[in-house]
Amino acid sequence: MQTGPFNEIGTHHMSWLSKVRNSLSSLAKRDTPDNLWMKCPSCSQMLFAKDFEANLSVCPHCQHHGRIGAEARFDLLLDAGYTVLSTPKVPENPLGFRDTKKYSDRLRAARASNPYPDALTNALGTIEGMKAVLGVQDFKFMGGSMGMAVGEAFVAGVERAIAEKCGYVICTAAGGARMQEGILSLMQMPKTTVATRRLAAAGLPYIVILTDPTTGGVTASYAMLGDVQIAEPGALIGFAGQRVIQDTIREKLPDGFQRAEYLYDHGMVDMVVHRKDLKTTLATLLGYLNRKEVA
Amino acid sequence: MTSFLDFEKPIAELEARIAELRATADGSDLDIGAEIAKLEKKSAAMLTGTYAKLSPWQKTQVARHPQRPHFVDYIRLAFNDFVPLGGDRLYGEDAAIIGGLAKLDGRKIMVIGHEKGQDTASRIKHNFGMAKPEGYRKAIRLMEMASKFGLPVVTLVDTAGAFPGVEAEERGQAEAIARSTEACLGLQVPMVAAIVGEGGSGGAVAIASANRVLMLEHSVYSVISPEGASSILWRTPDKAADAATAMKVTAQDLLDLAVIDGIVPEPVGGAHRDPAGTARALADALGRELAALDGKDTAEIVRQREERFLAIGAL
Ligand SMILES: [Zn+2]
Repeated sequence: MQTGPFNEIGTHHMSWLSKVRNSLSSLAKRDTPDNLWMKCPSCSQMLFAKDFEANLSVCPHCQHHGRIGAEARFDLLLDAGYTVLSTPKVPENPLGFRDTKKYSDRLRAARASNPYPDALTNALGTIEGMKAVLGVQDFKFMGGSMGMAVGEAFVAGVERAIAEKCGYVICTAAGGARMQEGILSLMQMPKTTVATRRLAAAGLPYIVILTDPTTGGVTASYAMLGDVQIAEPGALIGFAGQRVIQDTIREKLPDGFQRAEYLYDHGMVDMVVHRKDLKTTLATLLGYLNRKEVA
Repeated sequence: MTSFLDFEKPIAELEARIAELRATADGSDLDIGAEIAKLEKKSAAMLTGTYAKLSPWQKTQVARHPQRPHFVDYIRLAFNDFVPLGGDRLYGEDAAIIGGLAKLDGRKIMVIGHEKGQDTASRIKHNFGMAKPEGYRKAIRLMEMASKFGLPVVTLVDTAGAFPGVEAEERGQAEAIARSTEACLGLQVPMVAAIVGEGGSGGAVAIASANRVLMLEHSVYSVISPEGASSILWRTPDKAADAATAMKVTAQDLLDLAVIDGIVPEPVGGAHRDPAGTARALADALGRELAALDGKDTAEIVRQREERFLAIGAL
């Protein structure tokens, strides 16, 4: 029996053309020459791609929240004029790992089709005028998985927030740990927790926005330690993968299991917030939690 | 009776031959006596040779050996005056994690660890060492109590992983693990962790984020089981041995990577062949680590623990 908290989405390799925007990545692509149309994976309605994107990648019919990348999140949540922070350098393929492919080749492929060098990117900016550092995990980069680059970027983002005396906001998305980094990926759990403790010691707010999907070691570390826990509607959030659980219990999983609303009902998140309302929600929270106005 | 692992088959055959000869010998037959002595020497040499070069996958099997000493054995053999403390005060008592007050060579400590159980009934009782949120929340409660009363914390890690089940998710398995890791890092007292069998993923880290981390010689510590990595990365269940090698799960690998601070030697043939000897070595090693942390002030203990994890894997 496999008991690790990881499911197959953690390493699902997406083979989208680099031109295809992150915002389309969770939607079934229709075989039309220009990919102008797509089918909502939730309600199966045909959507005009441009309309969908203009609607923050939320289906106008069923409110299904599509997966979006770091750039889209920065634009959505930060005021214009933010600065994308550089990603800390970490040892590349520290274990010399290879499965059916070399890990370094997988990394290279992921970088070729993504705007940033790994799965977590920070930006410094303001949210309705209040200074904040925003970290975004991008599921499109090797399933958002947490390896050393993600752990170091998280720590760097928090350290920057402490230096700027502002809050840290993280949008999580990950299938789990980066298995190709073995134990070093596991060690990111305590490492990132050192950072959240330091942010707390500095009296600065830590706000987590759980997006689809957030599972495994990411959930079992910084994604569950926010002062305020927000989840996007319908997001899959959990520790163990559903297939692993099903193999263990051998019965049908409850309806809505491990979805944002289920976590809310079980007391694990403060609120489930529609994407269009995230920025004002963040601003309200920071307004209360920041000790003094910082701009 | 020791149960033999697959890769110990030649040794098992020799041992069976020795037992057979013993049964037929009446004590006066010197030839048989000499033959037994010769075979015993050969068997001992084979055991030493085999265990000197165990592959990562073989070590995984030794770490999971059904007769490997567990928490309750170490409590009996390595600690004194154990006072078990139960419950998380929130939901229930989870026997997959046991904890309580104890003495280690006279030193008062809080000891916490996973227990897998040793027969069918106790394995079910302890849920095979796979803790639910209440287990981690009990660990948090005991760590905070240790912090309050100035008792160093010792943890013995031995789990395939935290329990993957509906009720565990419902009660916040991820949050419980995250808070337990946070509790380790916030301890105002020294903490030493020892991986004594399997260090399975987040379920292990939750009680292993210590000032010093030790591993028994044939224990393993990993982000996912080799079987899990095989099915996810190789998309076949047959590559567990390759996955164990590639992920670097052994004590020797992890010492090289500076993820752990020391290795506690096991008797030839593994801990299960001499639980008392293993317990003595473990107690000595834990005592040495705690002694090295004596006299340090609280801020220094907390900072050293933080820096330890910040430094892992740094360029
Ligand atoms: Zn829809």
